[in-house]
Parts: sequence; C-alpha cells; structure tokens
Amino acid sequence: MSITEILFYAFSGVLLVSAVGVITARNPVHAALFLVFSFFNSAVLWMLLEAEFLAAVQLLLYAGGIVTIVVFAIVVTERLVGERITQTSRRITAGGVTALALIALVVNAISRQPLPTAREPLTTDLTRTIGESVLTRFVLPFELLGVLMLAAMLGAVYFARPED
Amino acid sequence: MGLQAYLILAAVLFGIGLFGVVTRRNTIGILLGIELMLNAVNINLVAFARFSGSEVGMVFTVFAICITVAEAAMGLAIVILLFRIRRTVMADHLDLLKG
Repeated sequence: MSITEILFYAFSGVLLVSAVGVITARNPVHAALFLVFSFFNSAVLWMLLEAEFLAAVQLLLYAGGIVTIVVFAIVVTERLVGERITQTSRRITAGGVTALALIALVVNAISRQPLPTAREPLTTDLTRTIGESVLTRFVLPFELLGVLMLAAMLGAVYFARPED
Repeated sequence: MGLQAYLILAAVLFGIGLFGVVTRRNTIGILLGIELMLNAVNINLVAFARFSGSEVGMVFTVFAICITVAEAAMGLAIVILLFRIRRTVMADHLDLLKG
C-alpha cells in the first residue's frame, strides 16, 4: 500500500465521520464545526489530486467564509434566553431508506463502468491553466458570476436590513 | 488511487447529506446538509477533471464553489428574515403559505 493510498483512506474516513457528525450533532454550532472539519478533509483530498488551487479556495471560501455566516446565523436566530440550543431529527426511516437507495444506485452504476485507475501525467501548471482558461475561454461565465455575486450580496444586505 | 474510490466516496457523502436534508427539523441544519451534498459534487468534478487530464472540470468547480457561496448567503438571509417574522427556525413551524 503506497503512502498516497494510506492518506486517501485516512482522510476519507475522517471526512465521512465528520459528515455524519454534521447531520447528527444536537447542537447546531457543533454541526457547523463538524462541517468545517469535513471541508478541511476534502481540501486535503484535493491536494492528493494535485489540485492545490482548489484546495486553497475550499479552505478560504468554505471553511473560512460560509461557516462564519452559518455560525453568525445560528447566533442571531437562537438567542432565546433560557432555552437550550438543540435540534432534533425526524423521519429517520424515510431519510435512511432514501439515502441508502441513492448510494446503492450510484455505487451500482459506478461499478458497472470501466473507469481509469491511473491519472494522466501533469504536463502544465494546473493553477496557471485554470487562470488562463477562466480569462479566455470562460470569460463570459466568469463575468456573469460577478453579476450573480453582486445580486446575492445586494439581496443578503436587503434581507438583513434593520427592522423599521 | 483509482477514480472509482473517489466516486464512491462522493456518493456516500452525498447520501449522508441527503439524509441530513430529509431528517433535520432545523432550517439551518437543512442548509448544512445541502452544503455537504454540494461538496460531494465538487469532489466528483475535481476527480473527473484530474483523471481525464483536462482543466475544464476544475474551472467548473471554481464556478460551482462561487455559486454555492451565493446560495448559502441568500439561504441564511432568508432564514434570518423568517426568524424575524415567526421567531422560529423549525421547518415544521414555517407554514405561512398554508391556506
């Protein structure tokens, strides 16, 4: 077993355990922290895939940005004095059957397909290639993304405005 | 590591996220489940891009991450707004559209 395989199995195991923590933790703040941990582990998996730029984006945007917003939203919405911050689950049977059926379906489809086991060797700097294609071939979607982010920011500011 | 291992990992992660979306009663918990599912999709995209030797999948992942950030910001803004109106974030109590 090579070192890459050991790292892959270790980090994907931790990733799945922390993902289960996200959906079972009773305290929503703990769930958000489990989510940080699972994002961190998937960033490590992307580093194993030699996608260092995306791993950095994952850490900055997800683990840094989204989770800050989530914790902020939890604090804003659950500040009821004297009430414990807990959350429960319902319809566990329906959820389990749906999730297991979906996993079985996808794993079955994956195992039927002939899939590559070795990667193509890297010939260029991936970060450089991503940057160049974002500003040449995919420049229109990139600009549209800027419009979308502006609209989302305006919407969030409008919704979160002080009560009048 | 073959591509298969990454795809199966992402499928299991997607299933866990789906379970969270179906079973959580807290709206923020549902949003966390959606984030898990989107993360599983991103793992798939990066693995496919790396194993096919093309950078297009990684560019798509960058776009997917940005759109997810916008989605999370809007979703949480709506949750905060709903909390102001109804003083609750439990999905079962948000029945404003009930006739």
